[in-house]
Amino acid sequence: MTAPLDVQNVTMRFGGLKALSEFTLVMQPGELVGLIGPNGAGKTTAFNAITGVYEPSEGEVKVGGVRVNQEKPHQICTRGIARTFQNIRLFKQLTALDNVRIACHAGAESGFFDALFLTGHHRKEEVRILARAEEYLEVMGLAHRRDEISRNLPYGEQRRLEIARALATGPKVLCLDEPAAGMNAAEKTNLMGLVRSIRDRFGLAILIIEHDMRVAMGISERMLVLDHGITIAQGKPEAIRKNPKVIEAYLGDAYLEEKHIAVPPQENSK
Amino acid sequence: MGRLRLLSRSILPFIVGIVILAGLQSVMPPVFAVILIYMGVNVVLAVSLNVVNGFTGQFSLGHAGFMAVGAYTAAKITLSLSGVQFPLLGYGVSQQVIFAIALGAAMATAAAAGFLVGMPSLRLRGDYLAIVTLGFGEIIRSIIENMKFLGQATGLSGLPQRSNLIWVGVSVIATVVMAYRLASSTQGRALFAIREDEIAAEAMGVDTTGYKVRAFVISAAYAGLAGALIAHAIQLSTPRMFTFIRSIEVVVMVVLGGLGSISGAIVAACTLTVALEALREFQAYRMVAYALLLIILMLTRPQGIFGTRELWDLPFFRKLFRRPALAASGAAPTEVRDDSTGGAR
Amino acid sequence: MTEFFQHAVNGLSVGTIYALIALGYTMVYGVLKLINFAHGDVYMVGAFSGFYLADLIGVRSPDDANPPGGLEVFLKASFITLAAMIICSILGFAIERFAYRPLRTRPRLNSLITAIGVSFLLEYGFQLRPLIHSPIEFPPGPSPRFFPTLLERVPMDILGVSTSNYDIIGFTVALLLMLGLQFIVYRTRFGTAMRAVSFDPQVAGLMGIPVNRIISGTFILGSALAAAAGILNAAARPKIDPLFGLIPGLKAFVAAVLGGIGSVPGAMVGGLVLGTAEEFVAGYTDSSYRDAIAFTVLILVLLVRPTGIFGRVTAEKV
Repeated sequence: MTAPLDVQNVTMRFGGLKALSEFTLVMQPGELVGLIGPNGAGKTTAFNAITGVYEPSEGEVKVGGVRVNQEKPHQICTRGIARTFQNIRLFKQLTALDNVRIACHAGAESGFFDALFLTGHHRKEEVRILARAEEYLEVMGLAHRRDEISRNLPYGEQRRLEIARALATGPKVLCLDEPAAGMNAAEKTNLMGLVRSIRDRFGLAILIIEHDMRVAMGISERMLVLDHGITIAQGKPEAIRKNPKVIEAYLGDAYLEEKHIAVPPQENSK
Repeated sequence: MGRLRLLSRSILPFIVGIVILAGLQSVMPPVFAVILIYMGVNVVLAVSLNVVNGFTGQFSLGHAGFMAVGAYTAAKITLSLSGVQFPLLGYGVSQQVIFAIALGAAMATAAAAGFLVGMPSLRLRGDYLAIVTLGFGEIIRSIIENMKFLGQATGLSGLPQRSNLIWVGVSVIATVVMAYRLASSTQGRALFAIREDEIAAEAMGVDTTGYKVRAFVISAAYAGLAGALIAHAIQLSTPRMFTFIRSIEVVVMVVLGGLGSISGAIVAACTLTVALEALREFQAYRMVAYALLLIILMLTRPQGIFGTRELWDLPFFRKLFRRPALAASGAAPTEVRDDSTGGAR
Repeated sequence: MTEFFQHAVNGLSVGTIYALIALGYTMVYGVLKLINFAHGDVYMVGAFSGFYLADLIGVRSPDDANPPGGLEVFLKASFITLAAMIICSILGFAIERFAYRPLRTRPRLNSLITAIGVSFLLEYGFQLRPLIHSPIEFPPGPSPRFFPTLLERVPMDILGVSTSNYDIIGFTVALLLMLGLQFIVYRTRFGTAMRAVSFDPQVAGLMGIPVNRIISGTFILGSALAAAAGILNAAARPKIDPLFGLIPGLKAFVAAVLGGIGSVPGAMVGGLVLGTAEEFVAGYTDSSYRDAIAFTVLILVLLVRPTGIFGRVTAEKV
């Protein structure tokens, strides 16, 4: 069974700056993986490299078994990977339904001709798309916002809409970039439940960048920790929580000294 | 729904239109007919440009170039086939058929030109795209001006006058129907998405470059149609008819009506045509008035008359046609500051 | 071989005009990210300002019975040039203040359209039949006017290349102006502030830079240079009409893009390169394609290297 996402040794260089070093991640269907690290660690860069916004300077990205290094983002999307953005990037002036509907059409070949001549094929397609779009809105609890301009939605609902939109592309891997940002505690708890139920319902692998440790550790079955582009730790949340290198990355070595935590000798972590 | 019913719904607007127009054609005094023809051509231009500038948010300033391609193509066809009569058809009918062919060819060549111009240009952003399309428009005109085959600077004259209310009216219907169907379809919505946030659209599986080119090609085709119609209305096709000033006149109509609004483009085109005719005595002041209109418009009501709303979204019309609201497109792109630093604020 | 140098010299002569105009485009684009469509028309206004000023202060032609002396010529020419520069500075300031500044918070599309509006206003406003007849006939109307001869043209032959005192003076003045601008942009506080605003207006403002004043200053500088270009050009090629700023304006814009829009040295280099390229192509092939060269260069640059020779590539953060 091909892994829906297979990233091997991806390095991103911008001029002289190495933003991501030998990033490796293989995801199995239905896995919940958390990607954490201090600000500027390269988490969103990893997302961008995986989804085709950047072309990897080195390494290989395979989505659904297909090598996608040179492909454009919209092509990679059709291979089965979708994402949300750190700063919400909804189609602000369009309705919630429109936002999702557009994603439903992902990858379908033009169809402009069909649209202009109102062919039977087009009409059936439109009915299907509308039904699917409404379903995704329903799943994310946004059915009542169907015709609302997305710009007018409350913040939490905008985030959920972005997830609904990404889901609508029918991915096998869903990448969520700080989905809990700006939410209060109750909303975050709801979100955690929502992410799990999405995984259960659609059988997706979900990769999630998160700053809130409670959310990240609460959702993830497995975690990767980045610092300055390097993967400094991998493993189950309990292990990560206690990992001195991770603590050092977040809190600095002064904290370690204070707490008398010893750091194991440097080794090349993969 | 039966196939027959589907088919009839698709072409029903045209049939109804033709009947009405034929009636109008026979009773309309020529003075009004001329104005209506100019109005119709401007509507075709404005609505078609709106697809690129309004729906997709790409600033094209080269519409006149595609008009020229269409006009000259059609002119060459009608001129070379002017004496022809098809077997089994009368002369008059043959000539109408020839005109239909000419219009079709005009759209095809203009579409091809749109493709050639659009493919390389649509990678560029905002201001650059405007300049490149302007440049291409002028290059097209330059080429035409230098070709003996196309009459160089004097152009082609003596074109048969084929553009009557029926042809122009049918073209208007075709253009409006095209725009409406595009706007209400998911593919068309994707164009709006590209306008809103190209990166997000790309991430959601929309082939942004491909869609932009398609919108461009469709828009160019209809510009070619407009060009062919106007050439066969004034019986002349010269390079000076298709300068970038013409392109800007169309842009004014689209902006005045509201970028993204089909009904806005229609209303603006009609209003400006009438205004221009009324101001004919003040020719010299016409452009000054245009200029002031643009400036004042941008300073006071940049979203134009309709913004991105449509006439048929008003509650009155909705009840009339018992239609669910077409998903409104919200605020016009000329209203809200879009930070190129991206993201929500 | 001398033909080669001839074209080169002619190219430089034309190129400096483009460079001076291009500087205005590039500086404004640098601070506002706006293509000031009206800039070519400011150039036109500069030429007409000189025309009217010459009329007002009375310029005697060198062919007159008593040709004006060197000092008188120098003073009058300088006065006309400086006064025209001041007039256009005010014009540039006014355009920015009333047409562009209110739209700064709006999408750039609006400003672009307004710029087109201002451009038309100037072009067609100047083409109206004269409304006042004295002391000057204004607007000038659509017929071309002829810039008076300020100085007798002395043809010169240097190393087989035919040139004239016009070329020498024109080139020298243009060079001095460009050097002056270089000094302002790179050695004064104003220039540093201007560059800061072109990098990030928001942050520049937070650092205490009076952004509005800097932007106004940028327009003033650019317009002054355009006026100087107008006068220099009109002295050598005296026929002027309200629409004659269009093509040079467009070409200067291409020059700015070629050099890298937003880059001051880029505009200078771009102008000279474009001018020389134009001369060479026109000289060795059919000169009727002269104007098409600029458009071709534009399209090539935009398709191959949109940032131009000196331009910076800015990526959008996702």
